Amino acid sequence: MNVSLLILSEPYSSQSSLSALKYAKAALLAGHSIPRVFFYHNGVHTGSQLQTPQQDESNIQQEWVELANEYKLDLVICIAAALKRGNLTVDEANRYDRQQYNIEAPFELSGLGQLLDAQLNSDQMITFA
Amino acid sequence: MTKNILVIQRTAPYGSSLGREGLDYVLTSAAYDQNISLLFLGDGAFQLLSNQQSKHINLKNQLSALEVLPLYDIENLYVTQEDLSERNLSQSQLGIKVIVIKRADVHNLIEQQDHVVGF
Repeated sequence: MNVSLLILSEPYSSQSSLSALKYAKAALLAGHSIPRVFFYHNGVHTGSQLQTPQQDESNIQQEWVELANEYKLDLVICIAAALKRGNLTVDEANRYDRQQYNIEAPFELSGLGQLLDAQLNSDQMITFA
Repeated sequence: MTKNILVIQRTAPYGSSLGREGLDYVLTSAAYDQNISLLFLGDGAFQLLSNQQSKHINLKNQLSALEVLPLYDIENLYVTQEDLSERNLSQSQLGIKVIVIKRADVHNLIEQQDHVVGF
């Protein structure tokens, strides 16, 4: 089955952020495919490479990167929701004259049309709020 | 490829930006010619109240944003009678035309859809 994920929850604040990661791993191990993971609302913080958890905690950003590299996942962060919350790629940092950026591949910033595309082209879309 | 999509709004209009961001998804989907219905469930019913004074808390008015929906041919807005009455709301307090259904009919509304997403 094709299952896309919509992640609305913020890493480290909400259990559902980790639940999404565990769900994704379980679904992929079971042979399902995940056409897209879309990060929206407070979920846009998930891709920040400046996350610096303590050593005995999960690094959620890093775990998504590893999973994406292994399974060629499409990790899309809503650009409008990300920019206002301070999550920028180097291109957006240059565009808005900011000195820092914190989003890199495999995460990418794109529009809400990518969420619609994921919903229309998946058998199911599971929301983690 | 036009599909029937139900967007469920479950949060009050301010307090969290989720209602606003859910509405952004509605407008995006409508721009791509999808057939969108909206269900204001639970505290989502508060988004429909007239006379919202959100400028006092430096936020855009959610009702004003909902009022543009007919321009996108989105006219199927639903709320349940139970959610209104449990919150002591009457239809006369709502600032936008909405279809009041029974809670027991929500599953019929969902079954009519190709896709459902909740915010």
